[in-house]
Amino acid sequence: MRFTKDHEWVALEGDTATIGITAYATDQLGDVVFVDLPAVGQDVKAGEALAVVESVKAASDVFAPISGVVTAANAALSGAPETVNQSPEADGWFVKVKLADPGEIDALMDRRAYEAFLVTL
Amino acid sequence: MRYLPLTHDDRRQMLGLIGADSIDDLFVDVPVSARLPGPLDLPSHEGELAVERALSAMAARNRPAGAGPFFCGAGAYRHHVPASVDHLIQRSEFLTSYTPYQPEIAQGTLQVLFEFQSQVAALTGLPAANASMYDGSTSCAEAVMMAARVTQRRKAILSGGLHPHYAQATHTLAHSSGVATERLLAEVDGESAVISVLDSETACVVVQNPNVFGTVSEFTAIAQAAHAVGALLIVVTTEAVSFGLMKSPAEMGADIAVAEGQSIGNGLNFGGPYVGLFACRESLMRQMPGRLCGQTVDAEGRRGFVLTLSTREQHIRRDKATSNICTNSGLCALAFSAHMTLLGGTGLEALARLNHARARALRAALVEIPGLEVVTPRMFNEFAVRLPRAAASVVDALAAKDVLAGVPFSRLDPSAGMDRVLLVCATEMTTEADIADFARALRAEIAA
Amino acid sequence: MSLSSVGRETRPMPIAKPASHPGRGLLQEEPLIFGLGGWRKTGVDLPQLPPDAASDASDLAGLTRAERPSLPGLSEPEALRHYVRLSQKNHAIDLAIYPLGSCTMKHNPRLCEKLARLPGFSDIHPLQPIATVQGALALMSELAHWLKTLTGMPAVALSPKAGAHGELCGLLAMRAAHEARGDARKTVLAPTSAHGTNPATAALAGYQVVEIAQTIDGRVDLADLAAKLNRDVAAVMVTNPNTCGLFERDVIEIARLTHAAGAYFYCDGANFNAIVGRVRPGDLGVDAMHINLHKTFSTPHGGGGPGAGPVVLSEALAPFAPTPWIVQDGSGWALAEHAEGPAQAALGRMCAFHGQMGMYVRALAYMMSHGSDGLRQVAEDAVLNANYVKARLQAVMSAPFPRGPCMHEALFDDEWLAGTGVTTLDFAKAMIDVGFHPMTMYFPLVVHGAMLIEPTETEPKRELDRFCDALLELAAAVRDGDTERFTGAPFHAPVRRLDETMAARRPHLRWTPEDRL
Repeated sequence: MRFTKDHEWVALEGDTATIGITAYATDQLGDVVFVDLPAVGQDVKAGEALAVVESVKAASDVFAPISGVVTAANAALSGAPETVNQSPEADGWFVKVKLADPGEIDALMDRRAYEAFLVTL
Repeated sequence: MRYLPLTHDDRRQMLGLIGADSIDDLFVDVPVSARLPGPLDLPSHEGELAVERALSAMAARNRPAGAGPFFCGAGAYRHHVPASVDHLIQRSEFLTSYTPYQPEIAQGTLQVLFEFQSQVAALTGLPAANASMYDGSTSCAEAVMMAARVTQRRKAILSGGLHPHYAQATHTLAHSSGVATERLLAEVDGESAVISVLDSETACVVVQNPNVFGTVSEFTAIAQAAHAVGALLIVVTTEAVSFGLMKSPAEMGADIAVAEGQSIGNGLNFGGPYVGLFACRESLMRQMPGRLCGQTVDAEGRRGFVLTLSTREQHIRRDKATSNICTNSGLCALAFSAHMTLLGGTGLEALARLNHARARALRAALVEIPGLEVVTPRMFNEFAVRLPRAAASVVDALAAKDVLAGVPFSRLDPSAGMDRVLLVCATEMTTEADIADFARALRAEIAA
Repeated sequence: MSLSSVGRETRPMPIAKPASHPGRGLLQEEPLIFGLGGWRKTGVDLPQLPPDAASDASDLAGLTRAERPSLPGLSEPEALRHYVRLSQKNHAIDLAIYPLGSCTMKHNPRLCEKLARLPGFSDIHPLQPIATVQGALALMSELAHWLKTLTGMPAVALSPKAGAHGELCGLLAMRAAHEARGDARKTVLAPTSAHGTNPATAALAGYQVVEIAQTIDGRVDLADLAAKLNRDVAAVMVTNPNTCGLFERDVIEIARLTHAAGAYFYCDGANFNAIVGRVRPGDLGVDAMHINLHKTFSTPHGGGGPGAGPVVLSEALAPFAPTPWIVQDGSGWALAEHAEGPAQAALGRMCAFHGQMGMYVRALAYMMSHGSDGLRQVAEDAVLNANYVKARLQAVMSAPFPRGPCMHEALFDDEWLAGTGVTTLDFAKAMIDVGFHPMTMYFPLVVHGAMLIEPTETEPKRELDRFCDALLELAAAVRDGDTERFTGAPFHAPVRRLDETMAARRPHLRWTPEDRL
């Protein structure tokens, strides 16, 4: 699993990346009430808005950590957005993306680096 | 001054505590060049008596609808509001309270809004209704914007029976966001003309029932045609009493229903304040503009209500909000809801049938007039007639005889080539004597 | 992701032993109208139809709804009781100070209610012949005169139905003006402290929003503004006094820079109460400003509306004002309702009919009652009251911009609560238990845990002292470590804290037969 400074995580399997937000992010957000996910087939570019996570009082943009095409969106979240709070780094995944360039993931932090980064916040 | 409680002593003491010598010290940040030295050139303060006298004189120069025969409709309707409704909206806790941002001390407002939303959902047949908009025309405009967001398309088709003011307000809002509005030519009975203009670029079609000519229609075919190309059907209702009898927007396949709620609980008031109704299908809920009140529980498990889905709104989403709306039409929504509670579904249906009966009586009287042609084929409580000459001059002539004869269509749309068309409306307030007086005066005026 | 720091507790901890009785004294649980019987009842006696007309809707075959609306009707005693009981659960200006910053919750004169109900105002149709509503047009013209004189602006568009609607009107007039000279532009600048309606309106008007930074002094950063102004900028939107309750000292320079770039200066008039009668926005270089009649001119807030947002306009923007215009012709007043003749450049219509007449009557009655001398006193007392509250509280509550006077509202942050276990939200809820409506919380967004207090001029000194005494007592309780009093508040309201998470996750917007009553 790799991480970004914006608290997204990426888990790679072959050339497909599963993306979500970290436990730190959900702690900061509070109760997640809705997740606005992109459509399957949509192109995403690293650094651009991928999804929107809503709590009661705020809407936060989630940025794509890598580039590619969306192959799946976690439909379970629309009926049970609390999954993001309960299991942010597993069942609460947002999308699966087929990577244009699997090497892009190497530029991201590993878990140790992310945890060290969190301490600085 | 009766509304300003501070005394000279108070002000002196307060300035002392603040550490300022005079009030001017507190305005020190105002640029010197912009400081007004004294009161502006406007009248000085006046007591209640003087203000009452002045405004009463202005009011006396207007001819109230109730002062004689009255047949105007065209988007604003004269109905009887029970005395208790006006009493309730003047209760301090409803009149002088704010938007319910602190829900624990605003459960009165919030429960009213929840009941209001429930009533609007039942009347339109669509399950997700909001806590009211400014009025029917801006609701229509907002519905078009919502359809553009939902479908990701940029073209709206407005039928030839849509109230011209609604079409114009919609164009103003849509145009600035790059959504094109195609308005079909005004037509008495032409809502289905929208079908031939539908294509894969269409976000929505907007039709009205009863339309501005009073014509009532059935929109199931339009709904099917719209849905077949992925467009939404928006149904507009300007006469809310018609919900008591006419097919609901949901029954006809509407995706969004908007309406002017003024007919229920709210008087004519020369055009405002009114109350916009807005309802949509469940799946479109998160794209709705305006405030939403939702049911929940408190920490002790007690049922309560809160404003919800706020992340759609401007105070959170800012430039990505579904709209820029801040206020709703709170007190007017309360008036609507209280009147609707007194009526109930039973009473609204009876009221609707009564309106239809009065309009049938009006039509029977007018159809006898030589030179006058009724052009609306099927009506609820309003219909259009064609006169032998310009309707505006006939209306003015009758007004001089204290008969308010309806609305010339040319007032709404001078370029439609319908100068001889007059829109007339009857409600439960229209008496047989009114109809007789009107028919007599109109017959004489046309024959002259 | 962009972590918005506004996320905070929205689901209270369930209370282990809830109260055994749902209601207390005068405040009992009130069922929904759906729980009061009445499914086949009505509380309105309608005239009986003549027998042949009784149910004759044969001409509407195939067009009527399958079933009558499924809604209960109540007799008058039942309905009245229902709504009166509900009303008792609301806080209101008529009960106590309602110190919401930026909302201007001042007393609503009852004379205004009486006059708005005169049949000559309330029972006239917007499309009656003009000759029969000369008094209405005269009133609108008189109101326009007061608004133009108070703001020093040459023109006013009366029709916008609320402040946000007025903002849109102003921006659309600016867009029309630019397009008329072939100089269409793409962006709007607004400070980070702006009210949400500003960027939302700019986006609605088809512009991209660029934020202007704020100085540590709580004002617009002139250098940042100058750097961001270019020929793409259509407008600069500024609130003055700003949302931190401070007068923008450099407002004239802001206007000058804006105009030099060929852009227009939009002023959000929400805080006009601080300067009415003492400063004219026209003298500051403003091109358009909406005025919230429900704030400065006291038309009632009514639990959330209706509002009214007329927009004063400069000479440059006046030709583009939306229809209808009030004009004079040979025989008196008239309405220019179409974009022709004098109104040929009008940007279009903002809404049906002519605007919020009911609010015009109230606002004019208010203005005439106060007069030019009284209105100037309004601003002075509003500013005095806010500074008094600030002076009484600032030793205990931290202020982000403590230097110099504030205008009509006093802004505090939550630095003084750091480490106490009590948040701005908790403090606000505890205010409810001592009988006060909380101040505005968490706005403006640029201040952490903001608390914005606007007393208005209609608060007597006695009430201000009562309010400040209560806050100081609460602050002492925070210092004493009595956190439960805050985190569990409110204890004495009709309901305890509500689960806003559930309301957003499982939206329940109407009653259905499966629900409890």
